Amino acid sequence: MQSKQVDIVIGVKNVSKSFGDNHVLNDFTLDVFKGENIVVLGKSGSGKSVLIKCIIGLMKQDKGDINVLGKSVADLSSDELDQLRSKVGFLFQSNALYDSMTVRENLEFPLRRHGKSLSQSEMDMAVQQALESVGLAHTENMMPSELSGGMKKRIAIARTLILKPEIILYDEPTTGLDPITGKGISELILEIQRKFNTSSIIISHDMHCVKIVANRIVMLIDGECYKIGTYEELSHSDDQRIREFFD
Amino acid sequence: MSDNAFIRFLKEAGELSAFTGRFFKELFKPRQEWRELLRQCFYVGNHSLALVGTTAFIMGLVLTIQSRPTLVEFGAEAWLPKMVSISLIREIAPVITALICAGKVGSGIGAELGSMKVTEQIDAMDVSGTNPFKYLVVTRVLATTLMLPVLAVIADAVALYGAYLGANIKGVVSWQLYWSQVFEALSYSDALPAFVKTYFFGFAIGIVGCYKGFNSNKGTEGVGRSANSAVVVSSLLVFVLDLIAVQIADILGFT
Repeated sequence: MQSKQVDIVIGVKNVSKSFGDNHVLNDFTLDVFKGENIVVLGKSGSGKSVLIKCIIGLMKQDKGDINVLGKSVADLSSDELDQLRSKVGFLFQSNALYDSMTVRENLEFPLRRHGKSLSQSEMDMAVQQALESVGLAHTENMMPSELSGGMKKRIAIARTLILKPEIILYDEPTTGLDPITGKGISELILEIQRKFNTSSIIISHDMHCVKIVANRIVMLIDGECYKIGTYEELSHSDDQRIREFFD
Repeated sequence: MSDNAFIRFLKEAGELSAFTGRFFKELFKPRQEWRELLRQCFYVGNHSLALVGTTAFIMGLVLTIQSRPTLVEFGAEAWLPKMVSISLIREIAPVITALICAGKVGSGIGAELGSMKVTEQIDAMDVSGTNPFKYLVVTRVLATTLMLPVLAVIADAVALYGAYLGANIKGVVSWQLYWSQVFEALSYSDALPAFVKTYFFGFAIGIVGCYKGFNSNKGTEGVGRSANSAVVVSSLLVFVLDLIAVQIADILGFT
């Protein structure tokens, strides 16, 4: 039990969040262990993205506690939050690449901003390594507008990888991509987990992606943690509300 | 104005005031974004210069051509350079420069920040250890505040040159005589209030553009709306500030 406590990298305890009368998270509880990929599965508008935005501190929960790498996110000062964020990567649903910057500048931005005092050659190497890890080493001087949807997603992943995060939060990583590109991205997420031993929360309702990347799946229904299990366990469930996702 | 529209107006005014308050709060906080500030100054100056110059030249020329017949009627043609230069320096060049910038720069800021907001780029900046308000808003507002007076001075010079050409279309005024009459007519009290008010015009354009963009929502439709309302509100504010500036200058004896 003691060793499991140590291994918890994200602890979400009884978190509630509402927008007016819309209660999106309702006493939600979840532990993420080191090195595992957890998929949060739920219908659109069920509060999946809100959950990871609370974890990274972009939103504040109304109730409950969120602990990331041993720190309570709500209690952190702005500087402490920045420090924590250097260890947590976030892949946005829309990729959020800076339109006015080249791919290289997009990747250098978090390195410069998180106060990493790297020389230009170290920076070049970090950019090159991050691009190679997503298989797009040749794109460094391209603008985001010149990239395809799949390439943008890979560059956005490279940007989250460049700080060598311990945790990565993926917000619908395969949405808007064709099935083949989506499969490629799912395999890349799995490869990142194996290569860098990262812990991840993946928000998705793409069942192909879920099957590839998930160590455990959390069913988020009515704002609550309805059920947790592996893909095999949940896909064989008799519960109609779970079956809806797998059929 | 219906009750709803009035409440919306008050709400918007309150939010804009709070946004302005946050600007001053963030302004002195470390870290200063000098690189981005310089980039924005270059953008504001460089992108508006041709348009401001062309418009100022035409305004100078047209004002001279249209004022001549009236002055001729009263036998006061010799007063043309004096009258036109005072009009241009005190009012027309600063206001025209501000309106051009509201259209060009204000809408650009509204659209750029609006697009960054709806594509989560502002959130991405936040998780990258950057204060997006400081990086995006403070630099842009400072850039418009600092560059508008520079553009207005250039507009003054170009408009006066346009007026010189206008004066020579139907009459003959030598280069030396024209400029000696212009500088004879102009005094410190004409130039200073006009120059000072351009700082406020620049600030209004920057803060409204940033406010509209930063609070953009409803996807691409919201981006268009942000850009549009940035122009409308900042143009209106330019006239309101001009009115206030004229009254203050009058009270302080700059007449």
